[in-house]
Amino acid sequence: MRLAQLKQEATAAQLEDVALPESGAWLSAAREDALSRVKAMGLPHARDEYWKYTRPDTLTSAEPVEAALFVNDEEPMFHEIDRLKIVFVDGVYDAEASDDFAGEGLTIERLADIGQADIHWAKDLYGTLEIKGQDPVERPLAALNTALATDGVAIHVTGQVSKPVSLIYKHESTTSDAILHHVIKLDAEAKLTVLENGPAAARFNKMIEVDVADKAEFHHIRSQGRDHERRAVTHTFARLGTESVFKSFTVTANGILTRNECVIELTGDDAVAHVAGACVGDGDFHHDDTVFVTHDAVNCESRQVFKKVLRNGATGVFQGKILVQPGAQKTDGYQISQSLLLDDDSQFLAKPELEIYADDVACSHGSTSGAIDEEGLFYLRARGVPKDIATDLMTLAFLAEAVDEIEDEALRTSILARLELWLERRRG
Amino acid sequence: MLEIKGLKVKLEDEDKQILKGVDLTVEAGKVHAIMGPNGSGKSTLSYVLSGRDGYEVTEGAASLDGEDLLEMEPEERAAEGLFLAFQYPVEIPGVSNMTFLRTAVNAQRKARDEEELSAADFLKDIRAKAKTLKIDADMLKRPVNMGFSGGEKKRNEILQMAMLEPKMCILDETDSGLDVDAMKLVSEGVNALRSEGRGFLVITHYQRLLDHIKPDVVHIMADGRIVKTGGPELALEVEENGYADILAEVA
Repeated sequence: MRLAQLKQEATAAQLEDVALPESGAWLSAAREDALSRVKAMGLPHARDEYWKYTRPDTLTSAEPVEAALFVNDEEPMFHEIDRLKIVFVDGVYDAEASDDFAGEGLTIERLADIGQADIHWAKDLYGTLEIKGQDPVERPLAALNTALATDGVAIHVTGQVSKPVSLIYKHESTTSDAILHHVIKLDAEAKLTVLENGPAAARFNKMIEVDVADKAEFHHIRSQGRDHERRAVTHTFARLGTESVFKSFTVTANGILTRNECVIELTGDDAVAHVAGACVGDGDFHHDDTVFVTHDAVNCESRQVFKKVLRNGATGVFQGKILVQPGAQKTDGYQISQSLLLDDDSQFLAKPELEIYADDVACSHGSTSGAIDEEGLFYLRARGVPKDIATDLMTLAFLAEAVDEIEDEALRTSILARLELWLERRRG
Repeated sequence: MLEIKGLKVKLEDEDKQILKGVDLTVEAGKVHAIMGPNGSGKSTLSYVLSGRDGYEVTEGAASLDGEDLLEMEPEERAAEGLFLAFQYPVEIPGVSNMTFLRTAVNAQRKARDEEELSAADFLKDIRAKAKTLKIDADMLKRPVNMGFSGGEKKRNEILQMAMLEPKMCILDETDSGLDVDAMKLVSEGVNALRSEGRGFLVITHYQRLLDHIKPDVVHIMADGRIVKTGGPELALEVEENGYADILAEVA
């Protein structure tokens, strides 16, 4: 049987009885459309080229695999940052734990509420960037999210926002299967920072669609949950207008399976898109960064910087692509993915791609994989620094090159301090 | 202080004997110099003493104040008071000089069951010492040895020595890559650290470093052995006549 047919039949069988969440007219239509698209595409299969390095079966199975909770006494992520908190527990909005949705320069609403409205700005965004992002590579788990998301927020930014919006995902049930979908619209010249953190659920399918209008600026800093057994597939879809800025950074420590897809389209001239990530994997850990940046305007800059430290059999994956469309002249595209392998059991699989249809562009990409520098290690030890501390110093320095992509100093310091703490704790 | 007895060392990966029985004692408060032609085993001696991988001790012993050095990890030797100023200081991207030194100082103190230095005390100490070596604040902030000139790297080695206050200092060709002014600055830094309780082993090809750092004893090393020992005049003899005469004489 051909793969496409096999996938369609399996998907149809699995989704036969699925009930779409109750929503209003426009949202229901978007969901039905998405569900039919999932059925037509079929859920990801181990034989799909785009899933060559990451097994999708536990992400597509009818039921999630149980995931034990990770209990620790650390301060919550970003606790020292003044922010507007929105809390989800196993994918369900927790009003009690959340701040009021009130802030200067923005409005925040729940997905559940806006679906009931006849007319809403989110109608033009929900699922729209996701559909666009299905071409040229299909992303069925994103369409599944659009169909089945049970909660999420719609954020409309009209001006300068005084503090970051912090989306907090708590994991309290070992069998939770959470699907969240956020839509964020930044008007011209508006500016917003979104923080995300937490383990979320046993299995988490999360999407953000963000529309960044001309001269607007969107910053995204994310720390993914440290529960060892949690699984996550996330999609970030972004559309960038003229002179707009999009910067996203993700730190990941632990988690048995993570697939982060980031799909960006630069549609206005002089726009800037940066995507970066630092991850620390130990043992049963599989982390996949899949990035697709499309340059469809003149004089835009894009940057992908990913660093992974892997040990005790951990696996890191990077699939990154820069697509420069005809006419997207003066494109400045950069991509680097690097891994530090602390032993022979760990592996890093990288697939960097450039596809260029314009003649006046500067694009470069690189990927490296290496062990810790023995010369440097000996130098540090010869000064009295014990081997484990010396290794951590060099590891942190390696990761810092990705963390440095964060523009805001307080957030950069916060992430670095956390990484240092995690390394220190592991050392015991 | 430093006692080396019948030390024989070969390369771990190949059957090549480098040190063929070295005997050497450096007393506290003294400066010993080792001179010798290329390939005589001078740098190997410094690496074996500091614990670098890739060498195998086949015979002999080396101890610092009676403690067996060869059994220790490199960091334990450092905490015990051994310091090697590298011929080629290593660049470490992303680790600031300041963080590196503070980590090293406190790791050694911890290993010796001493209290860690507070951030304020450390800062005060390093600023004063950096100033005398003409190391500015920017060099302290930059990643270890990254983009440093040859002279800056060697000054940075001496700064580390000054901060760590070791008992026994080995200087491996510290003069290589230095111009006259830099050599003077580095030598002054070393001389400032000379004290009754501290021993020095200065490895060099040339007499000129020894004009600045005056040795008490000079050894000539050739083919993995110390072949001649004398006073400072031995260095002058090398300068004038080269190694050939001395080697012919002992052969």
